[in-house]
Parts: sequence; C-alpha cells; structure tokens
Amino acid sequence: MIEIILVAALLCISALAYRWGRNYALAAVSGNPRKLHSLPGHYGAYVALWCAIPALVVVALWLILEPRLIDYLLVSHLPDEIKTLSSAQIDLLINDIKNLADGNILSREPDPAMQAAADHYNRWHDIGLASLAIIAFLLSASGAMCARRRIAPRFEAIYKVERLIKAFLLLGSTVAVLTTIGIVLSLLFEALRFFNRVPFWDFAFGTEWSPQTAIRDDQVGSSGAFGSIPVFAGTAMISAIAMTVAVPVGLFAAVFMSEYASTRTRSALKPVLEILAGIPTVVYGFFAALTVAPAIRDMGQSLGLDVASESALAAGMVMGIMIIPFVSSLSDDVLNAVPNGLREASYGVGATRSETILKVLLPAALPGIVGGILLAISRAIGETMIVVMAAGLAANLTANPFEAVTTVTVQIVTLLVGDQEFDSAKTLSAFALGLGLFILTLCFNIVALRMVRKYREQYE
Amino acid sequence: MNKQARTVHPALHTQAVVARLRKRHRRERRFRAYCIAAVGFAVLCLIFLFVDIISKGYTAFQQTAIRFEIFFDPEIIDPDGERDAEMLAEADYAALWRQPLLRAHGEVNTRALRRELYRLVSSGAAFQLQRMVANDPDLIGHKRTVWLLASDEVDMVVKGHVSRHLPEAERPVSDRQLAWLDNLAAQGLVEQQLNRRFFTNGDSREPEEAGILAALMGSVYTMVVTLMLSFPLGVATAVYLEEFAPTNRWIDLIEVNINNLAAVPSIVFGLLGLAVFLNFFDLPRSAPLVGGLVLTLMTLPTIIIASRAALKAVPPSIREAAYGLGATPMQVIQHHVLPAAMPGILTGTIIGLAQALGETAPLLMIGMVAFIVDVPQGFTDPATALPVQIFLWADSPERAFVEKTSAAIMVLLVFLIAMNALAVYLRRRWEQRW
Amino acid sequence: MTKSSSAGDQAAVGRAELAAPRAALSEAGKRRTDSDAGIDDSEETIREALHPDIHDPIIDVASLSLWYGEKQALFDISMAISKNKVTSLIGPSGCGKSTLLRCFNRLNDLIGTVRIDGDVFFEGESILGPDMDVHLLRKRIGMVFQKSNPFPKSIYENVAYGCRLQGISSTAELDLIVERSLRDAALWDEVKDRLHDNALGLSGGQQQRLCIARAIAVEPEVILYDEPCSALDPIATSRIEALMRTLTKDYTQVIVTHNLQQAGRVSDYTAFLYLGELIEYGPTEQMFVDPRRKRTEYYLTGRFG
Repeated sequence: MIEIILVAALLCISALAYRWGRNYALAAVSGNPRKLHSLPGHYGAYVALWCAIPALVVVALWLILEPRLIDYLLVSHLPDEIKTLSSAQIDLLINDIKNLADGNILSREPDPAMQAAADHYNRWHDIGLASLAIIAFLLSASGAMCARRRIAPRFEAIYKVERLIKAFLLLGSTVAVLTTIGIVLSLLFEALRFFNRVPFWDFAFGTEWSPQTAIRDDQVGSSGAFGSIPVFAGTAMISAIAMTVAVPVGLFAAVFMSEYASTRTRSALKPVLEILAGIPTVVYGFFAALTVAPAIRDMGQSLGLDVASESALAAGMVMGIMIIPFVSSLSDDVLNAVPNGLREASYGVGATRSETILKVLLPAALPGIVGGILLAISRAIGETMIVVMAAGLAANLTANPFEAVTTVTVQIVTLLVGDQEFDSAKTLSAFALGLGLFILTLCFNIVALRMVRKYREQYE
Repeated sequence: MNKQARTVHPALHTQAVVARLRKRHRRERRFRAYCIAAVGFAVLCLIFLFVDIISKGYTAFQQTAIRFEIFFDPEIIDPDGERDAEMLAEADYAALWRQPLLRAHGEVNTRALRRELYRLVSSGAAFQLQRMVANDPDLIGHKRTVWLLASDEVDMVVKGHVSRHLPEAERPVSDRQLAWLDNLAAQGLVEQQLNRRFFTNGDSREPEEAGILAALMGSVYTMVVTLMLSFPLGVATAVYLEEFAPTNRWIDLIEVNINNLAAVPSIVFGLLGLAVFLNFFDLPRSAPLVGGLVLTLMTLPTIIIASRAALKAVPPSIREAAYGLGATPMQVIQHHVLPAAMPGILTGTIIGLAQALGETAPLLMIGMVAFIVDVPQGFTDPATALPVQIFLWADSPERAFVEKTSAAIMVLLVFLIAMNALAVYLRRRWEQRW
Repeated sequence: MTKSSSAGDQAAVGRAELAAPRAALSEAGKRRTDSDAGIDDSEETIREALHPDIHDPIIDVASLSLWYGEKQALFDISMAISKNKVTSLIGPSGCGKSTLLRCFNRLNDLIGTVRIDGDVFFEGESILGPDMDVHLLRKRIGMVFQKSNPFPKSIYENVAYGCRLQGISSTAELDLIVERSLRDAALWDEVKDRLHDNALGLSGGQQQRLCIARAIAVEPEVILYDEPCSALDPIATSRIEALMRTLTKDYTQVIVTHNLQQAGRVSDYTAFLYLGELIEYGPTEQMFVDPRRKRTEYYLTGRFG
C-alpha cells in the first residue's frame, strides 16, 4: 500500500515539475512562446519525464528485488539447525514468519526464534521502504533540476521528448516478443525437468498414460506411465470430428454469405455468426456436457449402441459448432478477396452461379481457404473448456467416437488444477504436454498464416 | 468465304445447350440448397443453444420460500439478557424455526422423521435469522413473519425440474416430504420469490444460497487490470509498428510473432502465467492481478491487430497535410492519426476484452478456480471469475446448480452482448468516412 | 504576362559556367533519354534552355538527384526559383515534378527508401543539410496537396492548427489569423457563419481553398502546390487560379500541374521535366511561344505526353 502512495506522490511531484519547466521556459523568453524553439508544454514535459522516470524505475526494481533480498536475509539469519531443512520446509517457515510479522494467523505456534525473525523482517522492511522513499525523492528532485538547467530558448525540447516517447513505444512493442520468449522458455525449462525424470522416448512413443503417481513409494502403481500417444490421439479424434462438422457447414455458409445472400440477408446473418463466435467456450462446454452428450447417449441406446456419456462425438460436435463461425468468416473474407473480374469472366461464358463458384472461385480461393481451415484445426487442438467439461479423463487409445477419450488440454487442466507439489513428474508432465501442444499449434499457425498471406498478396 | 463452311460443334448447338440447361439448373438449385442448409444449421444451433440455456436457467431468478411466524425467543437467543454480540452470534437460531415447524406437524416424533422434516428448509435459514437479529437486536422477544428459503431439493420440485412422478428412490424428495410440502402449499405458506441472493451472495455449497457477486467482482477486477495494461500496450505497439517501424527483419519478426501469438491456445498463456508470474515472480495465487496479467498477454495481439488496421485506414494525405504545416511526427499522431483511428481502436479493444471476459482455461491454471464465498476487496485477494464460476457450478452434482449455472451463463452473455453492441455502436457512430 | 529579367546577375553567370561539367556528369542519363526519342539539340541550345536569368532567387536547386530504392527518379537537376513569382513544373506523369516539389519541404523524408544527392538551398541555407530543422522549414514553406485534405475537424481548427503548433494560443489572436487567412483565400464570405462546422462538409473547391488558407495562416514564404486543381471542376479551378495571382505579391509559389493551359495562365516561369530530367526552364511566355528545345516543343504541341 505504501508503495502505491509513493508512486502517486512521485507522479504528483512530476506534475509540479511539468508546471515548473513550462513556466521557466516561458519566463526565459519573457512570456512570448514564439521565441521558444518548442511549445512551452514540451519544456514542461521534458522536466517532468526526467523527474519521474529514474525514480519510477528505481521503485519498480525495488518491488521486484525486495522480496528476494529479504528472503535471503531471513534465511541467512535463521538458526543453523533450520538451514538443514529441505527447501520446501524453509519456504513454509518463511511464509509463517511473514504471516507472524503481518499479524496473521499461523499454521503453527510461534517460537522465540520465529518471533525474532519476524521482528527482523519487519525492521528490514521498514528500513528498506524508508531508504527507497528517500532515494526516489532525491532522484526525482535531482532529475528535475538537471533537466531544468538545460532549458534555454533554443533548446530542442520537443525532439528530446519525442525521442523518449518513441523509445517507450518501442519498449511496448517488445512485450509481444517477450511473451513468446516467455512461453517458449517456461515450457521448455519445465519440460526439460520432466524429461530428466521420464525419458523423452517414453513420453513421445509410449502408449499408456496414467499420470497418477502415488504419494508414498510403497503404494501400488507408484511410478505412473507417461506415454503421450493416447492423449494426442484423443485430441486428434475430437478435432477431426469437430472439423467434419465445421468445415462443410462453415464453407457452405461462407459461400452463401458472399455469393448468394442479398445485402439485407447478409447484414442480418452476420451478427448471428458473430454471436455464435462470441459465446465463451465454457458455455459450449456446459451445452455439450448437459444437453448434447446425454442426447447422443440416449439416441445411441435407442439404436442399441453403447455410447459413453462422455463420448468423443458429443465434445467433437459441439466444438465443431463453435468453430463454424471461425471457418465461415475466414472463408468469407477469402472469397470476397477474389477479384470480381473472375466472376464476370465466368458469367460471361454462360456459367451458372454454382458452376462459377465450384470451378472458378473455389479453386482460385483454395490456398486461402486451406489456410483458414488449418487455423481452425489449430484452434480445435488448443480448445480447452469444451473438452474439459464434456470429454473423458481416462486415456483410451481407440478409434470409436462413441467411447470416451481424453485430450492434451484436458490432461493439462486436471494435472494442474488443485493443490499440487510443483516438483513431481505428474505436475511437470503438464508442461511437457503444453510444449507439445504449443509446437503442434505453432506449426499449423505458421503454415496457415503464410498461406493466407501469400493468397492475399496475390490479389493485391 | 462460304458461310456454310462455318461448322458448329454438335455440343454447342443452341438446342443441345438448352437440353442440358434443365440439368444444370437442377444442380444449381441443389447447390444453393446446401448453402442455405448450412446457414440454417448454424442459425438453428444458436437458437437451440439459447433456448436450452434460457429454459434451464430462467427459474433461477426466483427461489422457493416458506412462510414462518418466528418468535425471537429470548430464552434461546439471549438467555442472559445482555445483548452481548458474541453470545448473539453463537445462539441456536435453527431452533427458532424448527420449533414452530415441529408444532405444526405433531405426527413427527422420531429423530429420523424430524430430520426429514427439517430438510424442507434451507440450512442457511438459521444464518438468515441470525443476520436479522444482528442487524436489529430489538427483535428479541417479538414475533415476526419471515420467509425462509426452502431447501434446493424442495425448490427443484416446486419449479418442476424434478418430477414428482418419478419413483421415490430416484428423486431427492421423499413421499413424506412431498406430502408436508403440499400441505404447506395448501395453506399458502409456500411462495416463489425474486431471488435477490443470486446477485448479492458469493458462492455457497447450498445452491439456494449461491450467488454470482463474488465471481462477478473477480471478473471486474481482472478486467480492470487487463484494460489498464492491454490498451496502452496494444496502442503503443500498433503506433510504433504502423508509424515508426523501419522495414527490416526484426520488425518482420515482431509482426509474424504477433500474428502467431493471436492463434496460440489460451491454455498455453495459463501455463506461462503459472510458470512465470506465480513460480518465478512469486505473485499471489488466485489473484485478479495475475489473472489480469495473463489475460493481457492473451488479448494483446487482438488489440494490436485491430489498432493497426484502424491506423492504416487513416489516409496518408492527413498525415502529409500536418507534416506540411511543420508538425512533428508525435504531433501528427497525437493531433490527427490517433483521434481519427480511435473508434476502430476502441472497437478492437472492447472485442478483445469481451474475449478475455469469457475466457476460462488460463484462469484455471493460475488458481482462480477456488471456492470463493467472500466478495474480493482488491486486486490481490483470492478471487474467481464469472466463467470459472460457471465451470465450477457445472461440475457440481446437485440438480439445483444446473439452473444456477444457466442463469450465470445468461448474465455472462448479457455482458458480452452488451459489450459487442457497444463496439458495433462505436463503429457505426464514430467511424470517419473519408 | 511575364517579364524576363534582362540583367544577368553574377550568380546566374556562375551557374552557367558550371553547367558544362554538370551536364557531363549526367551524360549517361541524357544519352539514354535522348537516343530513344531520336532528338538532339546542340549543347549551346541546351545550355540556353536550362539557364534562364532568374531575378532574386529564393530557392536554389543544385545538381539534385534522387533515388527511390534502386530506381532513380530525378537526374541532376539545377534550377533557381524566383522570389514572389509563380513557377510551374510541367511534364508528363511520372516525370518527377511532384518528387522535385516535395524536396523543397522535405516531405520525401516520410518515405523510408529515398536517397538524395546534391542539395537545395532556401535563402542560402541548405534544406537537406543536417542543421536544417525540417519542422521549421515546413512552417516557412507551406504546401497544398493534389487531393484536398482538410483535417476532420472544424473549419476554424483547420486554419488555426498551424498557429497552435507555433505556440499561439490566445483566442483573440487566433480569431484574427483565421479571419485574415480565410479572407486571403477568398473563402471568408462563404464560411464565416459556420466556422465551427466540420470541414469535410465543404465542397471540393471550398476544401481546397481551405487548405490554401490553412497553409497561409502560418505566414510561410513559399507555397508549394501539387496539382491543386486536378480534382476540381472548371469554375472552382478558375477561382483558385485567380487566388494564386492575388497571392503573388506576398508569396513565392511553385505549382506542379498536368494542365499546360493552367501553367500558361498562372505562372511567370515554367520548367519542363521529362523522365526525371529538367529539359527546359524559362519565362513562361517564351517557353510557350518559342521553346528552345525540340522535346519541349513536341510536348507542348501534343506529340507525346
């Protein structure tokens, strides 16, 4: 809380610095802004930025580093016999010390050593905060002073300010790159830890998946099996079912929207598809689990078929419905990008609409449509909530759509939801699955985006 | 040249063409029918989905209540007569409603029967009475008419979600309970009332007490974080890429990267949040702050792509005019380009936020899937989000949670449709035609 | 219409002497263009055609060459532009007229791939040099574009914008400037009652005059016009041409035009460019009546273009 007040105070000081710089610049030309190189506000902004940025950077660094530093100090001040404990126990102890220091309820009775550590903790924290505040205020004051000293009528404040803003914009645009790097590194790092325990080949080509490792070593089935083939096979089956629903419906709908529908019909149908696209997947999941799956099971029973209540068919079909608008809007865009000259040329030799569509437009649009379908497949593979709610948990290696199968995303969710110890092979296997999922979808995405882009450039 | 010499391929004779026309037209009609069927299927799916959810969920906005004449007996609540708050909090409020109920049903004499009878009323009823007394201790010693919630099983029967005609073993309400209920109803003591608790309570194990407020506030906090981070970052990135970026391989890489990021499965962002924000930066689990961070990274590509399209649509002639008057690049952007592109940018942001609001999977990864009774008070309090609440309720075995889930879905959809409508309005109203 | 100045000043003579080596420099380019059209003028004629006597030059182009990436768009152009006169740049599409015009206020900077050789001097200062502040330069050299491009703001804000950039913020001052500029642009009477309406609601001709008002509001020394009338009907065009004539007493004006008659009507000097080269430059009257070079004559008589 104090940190927030500190930041707010720094921002207020910067606002004052803005006025100071502005008035100083105006005073330097005795109030005639036309004698200044830049607008008076730019001089103010220059001073304000120098006032705020160094101090805020220090505060940010502090917020990141302080907890680590204090933890380190705490551990190094603990009695020696505690240092021999496992790292998990030490973490728990430190947690308790912090709770004690904050006056919260503990999981154990405090002993004098803990009480001392908590007092230390509070004192370090206070000293740290006080020195942070002093440093931040000194920095902002000296920053503003230095900046103001540079102000002169010919000083090109606007270029300095703009260069700084531009640097911020560049910094902002690196977040997207950092996200990708973060995804790759975190998945890779945790997956490598997993492969230290379970050989890579067992994971990649094993056909049995039962990640329930026992808590005690002497329990039955304590090892667990981490063969990912059935999990990926389940993903493939559900995605395939989804695509058999989504591709024909989406494609025909797109053809209708772009070639047959009048402007009025089109403007009425577009919102319908947009709503379908905007429904959260958890809603589809609920629909699949409570409405579609029982309906399919009952229908199967009346036909004498044995349908699991968490059949791949139900999850796949609902996922297909979810993907229809995705396929149709991508294909619609692609069809609209086909130049009108092609249509006119085809009509000009007496072709009917369907002949034009089938023999001219679809072949011309094929790369774009295939790209769109690949994107849709990638989406089906990565879809989580529908399968979590409507597909099964047990990894069956089967080709029967009436049986329950599990998927990569379902396994990731079941492995990571709830309290887990973070170091077990079971938990880490979720990251190995995540890595596989990421690489798989990335391949689809790159190929698809390249196809769509090439297609677009062709007609631009 | 002799005109007779011009030969016509037999297939191209007008008669031959006409003869084939019927078949071609039939094929045309069939193709068109497929197209219409596809659109019809999509529309039907949407209608069916909505009808299914509304029909399951609309009853959740009402809740069955039973009328009691409660005597706030000082003997039970406050035997010492000191009005001590702690004493008042610990009294046996259940006795207040159980005694009149027992008196009305003299035939109930065994322990098992009594328990069966008590199950007509929600186990939250005692808390309701306790709250009444806490708010107004002067009630003690007086008699009041109070509507207490019926239990969820009774509620389901009254609403018809559980059929009375099922065999007794298959329904949660016994024949005896049905008889008591009918008896009460005949006296006009059973009524369906507006379910205000649904909007003012947090989660609960008892379906009749469960509400969405805690989840809704969790979503609000999460969305605030997402908006505060993703809007400035998205706009900054789009402005940089569209207005300043040189054309080189590094910038190409950023572009490809953003497009790919937009198609990365959302659960992968959850894994990122778990590994980086929770395990590396030690941020609190289940906090809207972390949820907002993860959803920011997820929505950022959407906002960037939409903002770039909006910036691209601002004609270069406007930029040239401003440069021609001596404006600097930043002035051109601030005075002309951003104002002109703002409707498009806002539309993209709202659509991105709507996606984030409906997102569930990444929040599961960072622990926003807890059982939250109290409304979160800040960005670091444990919280859940509306879609996660839907997921949790959908997983609950009680029949009564089905209608709560559907009702929560309806609330979520209302928010999403409102956001999308706002986006459409912005686009229509403020879009600049050049 | 035009009076060619008789007294050749020192600078002009100096330039004429320098012309020979410069011509040699661009020999390669010249050979290409001259041979494919099969026209050859004597060196004497070429020198005469390229170096008219310019009185009181304000902009001086010195051996300017320009490339868009690999493609060269301007070949070694040298010309001086006379103060408080109208100079028109004519030539077939793609000949580099607009490119040359945009060098004067460095709008070509906006295109990342442009490379420039040679220099342009504005009142003796190098425009392309590192010390030139482009934003100050663009304040001093205003521009009116081919497509009228008012900002999507009110008429008042359009005119006031340039002044606001210069730090003028008092309403009284701005009111005066806006009225004066709109009067100078012959638009005041038409818009004085709706100064706060969106400028995009004006007609095409009015929008273009608003753009002129916006340009002159910051009191530039030079106004550049890039085909200002190409999207306008004849009546609107004639009003703008009349406006340009009245502005000559205060401003130096350079106009790029497609329309030969327009060049003849409004300009004192005319430069003819072809495929990125300056072919002929001189007083408009002389050029239209008695062009020095064959290619100019062919272009003016409509044999190509």
